[in-house]
Amino acid sequence: MDPKHVIICRCSDVTLADLIALFEQGYQTFEELKRIKRVGMGPCQANTCGKMVQWEISKYFNQPLEEVPFHNMRPLTMGIKLKEIMEAKNREE
Amino acid sequence: MKNKADYVIIGGGISGCAIAYHLADFGAKNIVVIEKEYLTSGATGRCGAGIRQQWGAKMNCLLAKKSVEFFEKAQEILAYDGDIEFKQEGYLIVGSDQEEDMVFKTNVALQNALGIPAKRLTKEEAKQIVPYLNIDNVYSATFCPTDGHLNPFTTTDAYYKAAKRLGVTFYTYTEVKDIVVKDSVIQKVVTTRGDIETGVVINAAGGWSKAIGQMVGIDIPVYSENHEILVTEPVEKMQGPMVISFSKNIYCQQTPHGAFIMGRSDPDMPEGLDVSSSHQFLDAMAKTVTELLPPVGELRVIRQWGGLYNMSPDHQPIISGTKKLPGFYMACGFSGHGFMLAPMTGVLLAELILGKAPTMPMEELSLERFDGKQVITKEKSVV
Ligand SMILES: Cc1cc2nc3c(=O)[nH]c(=O)nc-3n(C[C@H](O)[C@H](O)[C@H](O)COP(=O)(O)OP(=O)(O)OC[C@H]3O[C@@H](n4cnc5c(N)ncnc54)[C@H](O)[C@@H]3O)c2cc1C
Repeated sequence: MDPKHVIICRCSDVTLADLIALFEQGYQTFEELKRIKRVGMGPCQANTCGKMVQWEISKYFNQPLEEVPFHNMRPLTMGIKLKEIMEAKNREE
Repeated sequence: MKNKADYVIIGGGISGCAIAYHLADFGAKNIVVIEKEYLTSGATGRCGAGIRQQWGAKMNCLLAKKSVEFFEKAQEILAYDGDIEFKQEGYLIVGSDQEEDMVFKTNVALQNALGIPAKRLTKEEAKQIVPYLNIDNVYSATFCPTDGHLNPFTTTDAYYKAAKRLGVTFYTYTEVKDIVVKDSVIQKVVTTRGDIETGVVINAAGGWSKAIGQMVGIDIPVYSENHEILVTEPVEKMQGPMVISFSKNIYCQQTPHGAFIMGRSDPDMPEGLDVSSSHQFLDAMAKTVTELLPPVGELRVIRQWGGLYNMSPDHQPIISGTKKLPGFYMACGFSGHGFMLAPMTGVLLAELILGKAPTMPMEELSLERFDGKQVITKEKSVV
């Protein structure tokens, strides 16, 4: 299949062709890729594309999959409305 | 790895990359940038990337203004193949009381005198600019239409690529462990991947700049502290300018990509290198933003993180050499606003290193300005 038509990250609309273009320019780690292309930075926080990105890095750079660092996970694990956070806090007080 | 260089820059944030680019652009050769992780892994990739000229201290105003002039043309000057996403829709600074309004008056007078097109607004005028602003607890505001926002990753990438084309060498995932000095002459930089002989070292290590100074026995009067920030899901455009308030302790911006980023400071934050996230920040941020900008409260937070402000005694940067050690230069102490100043950081330090006439006087940016002196003008317009 044409890498241009393989969607890796649905949230940020990143294709396999985009990833390969970045690999060719020398961006090699998940942390670098996500900062240039926002891959894995959308609402799902790489829950969908994370493994695929790791896999593609592994394939392109001939690096064993278990040695490809996963991206830095940060809170929150799911989106919550700011207002709901405020209301929850108000209820506690 | 190279074992010799004419210039070694420590730090691959916006400052290190801008300094590398301007040095190379002035014709300097054999420049190496060393970054312990990846480019933008420090404060640069964690920042709000707001671009503001409305400052209370003269040097900050001047540096920011001249930097904006560069950013307006950066895409072309740096011949970047990506998009630095410069959005110039202003900063709306809102104040809470008459006292703050008096400060606004003084600041705007200074800004106008320096050619910055800021103006004072009534709260009703502020509401015209951001219609959903809750003005119940707002007294007055100021606005500068040429302030804005950039994408910190692609802006750094633009400097990086331009510098690389001019021959600069970048070593990422390489840490500087020591700097060897003999008889007040810099000999070499010791890294995790080998030594580099050099006579010139540039400390652009952000939150870690004090430790780099210690390697050569220079005490830089800076400290670091964690500042937290969050981002929401991307939504259709709803807010043009950055909304910021010093008294309400908030800044909140919608990026061109659609996500909102916002932050506030914790006055009790201890000094140190910790960058962890806290639920206390999330609670306080949610409350502050929902009160001031109610519709933003409807958005989902998707991520929060922390980053380091590197604080100087007067909250203005240190862009300087030092008489104590020729060949040692520094760009640090940006006190939470070093992203927006990067073009001038790069130009001024490159001029100083290469012995060129400075674009603007630099005494008030020197390390020596703190020697045994009281801090006279301290920047107070900070979140
Ligand atoms: C939450 C937050 C919001 C902010 N908002 C804004 C804003 O809206 N506008 C603005 O202008 N500024 C803002 N700032 C400030 C801004 O991020 C910084 O002033 C700026 O990014 C500093 O850039 P730098 O290149 O000097 O430092 P950094 O980006 O921190 O770069 C220093 C680099 O040096 C590297 N390093 C350190 N020690 C070593 C070593 N021994 N060997 C090799 N490498 C080393 C680090 O890994 C790091 O990448 C904000 C900061 C934070 C934390």
